[in-house]
Amino acid sequence: MIGAMVALTVIKLLAASGLPVFVIILVALAAAAAVCMAVGYTIERIAYRPLRRAPKLAPLITAIGVSIILQNLAMLIWGRNYHAFPPILPTSQHEIFGATITSLQVAIVLIAALMMTGLIILIHRTRLGRAMRATSENPPIAQLMGVNINQIISFTFIIGSALAAVAGLMVSANYSIAHYYMGFMLGLKAFTAAVLGGIGNIAGAVLGGILLGLIESLGAGYIGDLTGGFLGSHYQDIFAFFVLICVLIFRPSGLVGEKVSERA
Amino acid sequence: MQYSRISSMTLAVAAALALIGCGQKEEPKPAPAPAPAAAAPAPEPAKPEVTVQLGHVAPLTGPQAHLGKDNENGARMAIDELNAQGLEIGGAKIKFALVAEDDQADPKQGTIVAQKLVDAKVNGVIGHLNSGTTIPASKIYFDAGIPQISGSATNPKYTQQGFATAFRVMANDVQQGKVLGEYAAKQMAGKTIAIIDDRTAYGQGLADEFEKSVVAVGGKVAAREFTNDKATDFAAILTKIKSKKADVVFYGGMDAQGGPMAKQMKSLGLKAKFLTGDGGCTPEFIKLAGAASEGQYCSLPGVPLDQMPGGKAFGDAFSAKYGQIQLYAPYVYDAVMVMVDSMKRANSVESAKFLPEVGKTDYQGVTAKIQFDDKGDLKGGSISLYQVKDGKWEYRRNNILAGLPWSRPPGVAPRSTFKGCAPAGSAPVPPRRRSKCAIWRQGRGPPKDGPRMQNNRGFPQGKACPNLPAWPRSAKENGGGAF
Amino acid sequence: MMARQSLFERLRHDKRAAIAATVLMGLALAVFPFVIGSSLGNSWLRIIDFAMLYIMLALGLNIVVGFAGLLDMGYIAFYAVGAYLYALLASPHFGLHLPVWLIIPAGAALAGLFGALLGAPTLRLRGDYLAIVTLGFGEIVRIFMNNLNAPINITNGPQGISGIDPIHLGGITLAKPLTFLGYAIPSLHAYYYLFLALALLIVFVTIRLENSRIGRAWVAIREDEIAAKACGINTRNIKLLAFTMGASFGGVAGGLFAGFQGFVSPESFNLMESVMVLCMVVLGGMGNIPGVILGGILLTILPEVFRHGAGPLQIAVFGKILLDPEALRMLLFGLALVVVMLYRPAGLWPSTTRRREFRGESATDVLKEGE
Repeated sequence: MIGAMVALTVIKLLAASGLPVFVIILVALAAAAAVCMAVGYTIERIAYRPLRRAPKLAPLITAIGVSIILQNLAMLIWGRNYHAFPPILPTSQHEIFGATITSLQVAIVLIAALMMTGLIILIHRTRLGRAMRATSENPPIAQLMGVNINQIISFTFIIGSALAAVAGLMVSANYSIAHYYMGFMLGLKAFTAAVLGGIGNIAGAVLGGILLGLIESLGAGYIGDLTGGFLGSHYQDIFAFFVLICVLIFRPSGLVGEKVSERA
Repeated sequence: MQYSRISSMTLAVAAALALIGCGQKEEPKPAPAPAPAAAAPAPEPAKPEVTVQLGHVAPLTGPQAHLGKDNENGARMAIDELNAQGLEIGGAKIKFALVAEDDQADPKQGTIVAQKLVDAKVNGVIGHLNSGTTIPASKIYFDAGIPQISGSATNPKYTQQGFATAFRVMANDVQQGKVLGEYAAKQMAGKTIAIIDDRTAYGQGLADEFEKSVVAVGGKVAAREFTNDKATDFAAILTKIKSKKADVVFYGGMDAQGGPMAKQMKSLGLKAKFLTGDGGCTPEFIKLAGAASEGQYCSLPGVPLDQMPGGKAFGDAFSAKYGQIQLYAPYVYDAVMVMVDSMKRANSVESAKFLPEVGKTDYQGVTAKIQFDDKGDLKGGSISLYQVKDGKWEYRRNNILAGLPWSRPPGVAPRSTFKGCAPAGSAPVPPRRRSKCAIWRQGRGPPKDGPRMQNNRGFPQGKACPNLPAWPRSAKENGGGAF
Repeated sequence: MMARQSLFERLRHDKRAAIAATVLMGLALAVFPFVIGSSLGNSWLRIIDFAMLYIMLALGLNIVVGFAGLLDMGYIAFYAVGAYLYALLASPHFGLHLPVWLIIPAGAALAGLFGALLGAPTLRLRGDYLAIVTLGFGEIVRIFMNNLNAPINITNGPQGISGIDPIHLGGITLAKPLTFLGYAIPSLHAYYYLFLALALLIVFVTIRLENSRIGRAWVAIREDEIAAKACGINTRNIKLLAFTMGASFGGVAGGLFAGFQGFVSPESFNLMESVMVLCMVVLGGMGNIPGVILGGILLTILPEVFRHGAGPLQIAVFGKILLDPEALRMLLFGLALVVVMLYRPAGLWPSTTRRREFRGESATDVLKEGE
């Protein structure tokens, strides 16, 4: 949400300057990512790090508190109105096998794929990624092995925030809408997708995200006809949760999740 | 209870002075601590200044905050204007104060806030914005005897509860849905109509009425789809609608979804016309839909601002002060004016005294000429249709009537469009029968006074009223079918 | 802290002191609405009434989260079930007007059934997985309530059900002032006493449960499920029982809510409400009954305090309103959540075992306190 809003502000500022479109977008993206990284780091420092050893529900409550704070701050800064995302990108429509997609959507899919590849490389191929995996596996032992877990956790927050910023920009560019309340449902869906795939597994998260999107869209589109109008698109949000519950009954740690260690 | 009801934000000092200042008027009874009786003292003993509190409730946080703030601005504007006029009611100079509250569009918060306003001894309440909060809150106002005028709650239930304190200056969902449905089926020549609603009390209520109306005039509803009031993606339902070859898509919901929906319709190559109710009739819609908004339709109860006496001035003044009107600000403005107008006629600012006068309102507002029926709904009232042209909502007055049974021949002056018709025989119609041609014109009760009737946008007497289905007037007649 | 503990110790051992304290407490609670009503106004009394409802909810959720250690983010569904059952059985919607003493237990039973329904598929889940499934369950219930107006109109969809009968017993209705021994008790006060009585009943039941075999089994599961199983606890049944008991309390509170409000609609039972009840439990002190009650009261009252205070405070400090008071109100509320959790991570009033555990886990804290 913050990412989208910052990017929007930057784009609006630069739109008049006559710079080429791609420069504007890059600058906006960089600004959004930078601000989100800063915010993510600050939040981690202030609201989560002191609670590293606290009961496991305490960080959940601070997370809720922080999200209330951020939402209201954003409302104070950007106002209560919906913002239309300026249509700076030329969008052209293409018909492919009867489906209509825009060039913007193609770009979004490409960027998302690029970022996911980057993330997988980061996690699985670099020293930093190894440290992250070690930290998530067992923090005290990772620390014993010479990993600075505070630094690592801060860093994951920064990366996560940057990814969210890019995603926020893409969402608002696609739907050309930005609002201070937009993050809530997206965050929830993201969480659902991560759980569906299995927490702590990038491939799982990708699979979960794609499945969730497909289930929602196909469910909204076709379940109504299949059930004779009883379950129409008004149950759209249910399909995802229903599938999630069914999956978790048989695979309690997600589709591709590893076995959860006891007392996780 | 006289002036002790009238309280103010004035602090304890003022309250103490008030005891001296108002000595010659009714002795103010000491009010409970949180709402000190405070009739601020005036220099001359003859003209005490009295502060009248009006409550205003709307969601100021959450997804509908922009509309809530807009409502509040409308009320604030009315209050500022009234204060500038320096009204005198009941021999006292009146100063109005707005007590603005946030109900977060949550029914529970709505009742808490309502109770807070009752405790603060407000003289009247403007609001709430959402039907969902207005309905439970109206019981609290009713119990306290405080008149409530909502500028935006459109659920029919609000006025069907039998509360004498509940009024609205906005056509309800039944009225609007009916007009829209007929318009879509006849005027827009919609053969296959798709309906989408956002599963909120407002969107679903309007969409249901729309569907009924379409079916009643012989239209065909090809698809009934649903989304929610937080959604941004409508590709799935729109693709389905595309496969049903709908030529009109109606959306019951707010601008935040309607705008992107229109845009996605275009990017999916769905050529159908888009029609939405008052919730989408905002500049936000155009902003969010971008180029896709061109040629789309929406409806708003009342008459466009620039066609109403004083409407243009209001619009300009509002824009200068608070920026663009979002949606309901003019209605809320009217609601405040109606309430104060009743106070003037009753010559009292006391709730109990001016409440009967609210029901007798005959006020020329900036959105419509306002009269209430026996339930507190807007009598008659007109509904205007708009179409986007060159990035602006443009009033389509001709379109409204041309395809409808009581249409006038083309070329007749536009003002007559709202004059409607008189039943054959043209005897003064008792209010409850009057409903046959109620939608398109201002209501008319038995003529109370001649000249006023003239101003009442009177219609050609004697022109036979087209034989329309009777308007459902009560819950019973509705047969609960409104839901 | 020490003084309070020693006071409790004294109360535990000294019978007479305990009786005196109970009587004093009872008197204070009985006079309370009149003090509040006349000094702060009826809106506060209404808030207190809601606080009572939230205490019941928080106590119910405490069984699931606090005792059995199962994270439930969809708890409000049970509240919704209770509320809708009351609304359907005592409103013009179906033309039914059943007596309250029938509906409230029925609501509790139905909510309990729903609790078992939720519990059954989630027995193997834990942590984040359990959280998201319960959250999904809450949403499913809400969405069904929002949509069950077609093809058969059961819940009246998003329009909600209005005109619900107020809570009434025989010819006595709580909607109008009651006359009792010549004194008129206003409606809000009467509701207060009813809610208080039921809240006390729930407190009593929870305390008895906590100290029972079942309660100990719950705690055992919370601490270590495998060890508990090894000790011969039927974890499946005990977990299901936790869900059922917790849910039934929610059902009671829901029924009372419907009677009190006279209007229910699905938007009263959204995710944010679940989260708020969870916050009450965690903020107050998971697993500790007084703590949970404190959490319930605080989180109901705090936003209202900010509502009343945000505007005037700014005027007092800056001389004018700088920030929108409504935005500031929620901002402060979020801040309060964060600050409380940072400084008291185990909750405001944690249970003694939990406190000990927490201290044991972090030696630094003990050291700090020693300084």
